[in-house]
Amino acid sequence: MLKIKDLHANIKGKEILRGINLEIKAGEVHAIMGPNGSGKSTLAAVLAGREIFEVTHGEVTFNDKNLLELSPEDRSREGLFLGFQYPIEIPGVSMVNFMKAAVNEQRKHRGLEQLSPADFLKMMREKKELVEIDSALTNRSVNEGFSGGEKKKNEIFQMAMLDPKLSILDETDSGLDIDALRIVANGVNKLKTANNASIVITHYQRLLDYIVPDHVHILYNGRIVKSAGKELALELEEKGYDWIKNGE
Amino acid sequence: MANDQDKILDEVTSGDYKYGFVTDIETDTIPKGLSEDVVRLISSKKEEPEWMLEFRLKAYRHWLTMEMPQWAHLNVPEIDYQEIIFYAAPRKKNPNSSEEIDPELKETFEKLGIPLNEQKILAGVAVDAVMDSSSVKTTFSETLSEHGIIFCSMSEAIRNHPDLIKKYLASVVPYTDNFFATLNCAVFSDGSFCYIPKGVRCPMELSTYFRINAANTGQFERTLIVAEEDSYVSYLEGCTAPMRDENQLHAAVVEIVALDNAEVKYSTVQNWYPGDKNGKGGIYNFVTKRGICRGKNSKISWTQVETGSAITWKYPSCILLGDNSYGEFYSVAVTNNHQQADTGTKMIHIGKNTRSRIVSKGISAGVSNNSYRGLVKVLKGSENARNFSQCDSLLLGDKCGAHTFPYIEVDNPTAIVEHEATTSKIGEDQIFYCNQRGLSTEDAVGLIINGYAKEVLNKLPMEFAVEAQKLLQISLEGSVG
Repeated sequence: MLKIKDLHANIKGKEILRGINLEIKAGEVHAIMGPNGSGKSTLAAVLAGREIFEVTHGEVTFNDKNLLELSPEDRSREGLFLGFQYPIEIPGVSMVNFMKAAVNEQRKHRGLEQLSPADFLKMMREKKELVEIDSALTNRSVNEGFSGGEKKKNEIFQMAMLDPKLSILDETDSGLDIDALRIVANGVNKLKTANNASIVITHYQRLLDYIVPDHVHILYNGRIVKSAGKELALELEEKGYDWIKNGE
Repeated sequence: MANDQDKILDEVTSGDYKYGFVTDIETDTIPKGLSEDVVRLISSKKEEPEWMLEFRLKAYRHWLTMEMPQWAHLNVPEIDYQEIIFYAAPRKKNPNSSEEIDPELKETFEKLGIPLNEQKILAGVAVDAVMDSSSVKTTFSETLSEHGIIFCSMSEAIRNHPDLIKKYLASVVPYTDNFFATLNCAVFSDGSFCYIPKGVRCPMELSTYFRINAANTGQFERTLIVAEEDSYVSYLEGCTAPMRDENQLHAAVVEIVALDNAEVKYSTVQNWYPGDKNGKGGIYNFVTKRGICRGKNSKISWTQVETGSAITWKYPSCILLGDNSYGEFYSVAVTNNHQQADTGTKMIHIGKNTRSRIVSKGISAGVSNNSYRGLVKVLKGSENARNFSQCDSLLLGDKCGAHTFPYIEVDNPTAIVEHEATTSKIGEDQIFYCNQRGLSTEDAVGLIINGYAKEVLNKLPMEFAVEAQKLLQISLEGSVG
């Protein structure tokens, strides 16, 4: 589904990603871990098409398309979803209108008809139940005045609505209490199918108690320095990142 | 990236003005220039009584002693009043049939989305259609008269309801008020008159649609709304003009009188031709709008969406004379390209327990300048006056300006006056967030702008709100990155 080959990226002339190689197949969950500043969020942003980063080298194919040539909105329409580490507030724009616009754009791209208001509201209701998000949140403006936890739950709700092929969750667990963490993780698990995949970016092993990854990668200094099964996360928790840093 | 942003900005700000066509129709115009003779000529064209002519002449003589105000944050080129044609009216093809409207005119208004045929009109909206200096047609007059409501052109009102006109015309904006209002008193051509009798709730929206068509003319219309005790009316105003290279002057006066327990809601979607991308052409819009809450518990509410005009100078105001009266001002003003706007409101608290609320949302793009200017004044005898003002500015790009000039004068210690102001830019992160959910940048900007202006748009009557949302998007098309 996603193939990253020797990906290098800069911000303001400074190289952050220094040759990432990664392949993700449908049905898989990959965890990317690593210390602060290792390039985890940059990788997520580059895949989503954020313009402040400049890709200097490498290839990324997403379902046989050259991802790097697509605009951010086209990447989304092709089924790439980014759960933001810091979700953005859009005052005055209701979640309902925001999601209606987004869902219909995705449907248009797939050659489907626009949803009728009744069908759309029905879909909202179902997805809200699925991810256990408070109904009141979706009646408010996008992320406006939401607590940190509410914003993260809202990201998972949007993911449920858009039904992406590949979700990249950028530190979705940071700032969450244990109940919120469980809701977020359950959402991810419930949305998992044999046809989609996710990349879960996290600092801590904690989230991986709830989301069981097929592969764990450790990112350090802009490179994936170690990849293994889920046991790697446990090892990391025990030994800390120094083990990786010193091992280089 | 900076280049990309400029490119998108250019695209969004270059949306076309879709009302810029000219109707090819014979027009009865008078020679250009202004003099006592011109004032007399206008009055005689309108077949006005002597007292009206006297009023005009008094205003004209006073105007000669006045100078154009310079205090606004605007750069206004010199206006040569001897180069303007002060009266132009579409000529009737067949003067014998007084009933029929010229098909060309009908078509023009239909193109503007204002059908003049009562069967076709949006249910529940009565229209007075004004082109250049005269009213073309007022719909539903008969239906309304069953309720005792008078809704007709100003010219008709002067002829048919002289007592009401004598009593209320210039009672809110006196002929000496300001340079442009005084000029209007001297040369005003047409406009709408609306009278809601005691205890009547007007069963439909009343609206006036102003269209400038003829070249080199000024438009000087006058609107007067009188709401008697316990009455209610909602009034809408729309305006457009053809695209022309020269600037055209529009100097209107709107007066509202609300008696005990009366409520008047006045909504405007101003879409005069704003000039081209390089700042050539466009309407100079110098308008005086004022309402007086004369009776106790009365309410006047102004809502405006200002997207057009090369220059806008406009301060819809409320004089809160009656005890417990309430004034509101909701505004969205958009400037793009080379447009300039200096707009806001005045709330004058005179009666006891009077309240006012101001919500102003400015949006600037291109190299435009957008200013909010407001006065909240609480007089000595106004016990327990309350005001809340909120002035927000949104900037698109880095070449435009937003300015806020709030004046507060309080002479009574029991008053509570609050003012909040914010200035923000559409964040690149907000747009990226929308992009990531599949929305194009243009759609994202439209969504964000409409969210920003929502509090004001919500105040508009339904059909108007949808229209206004689209208009905001078109006005800013191409202006964001």
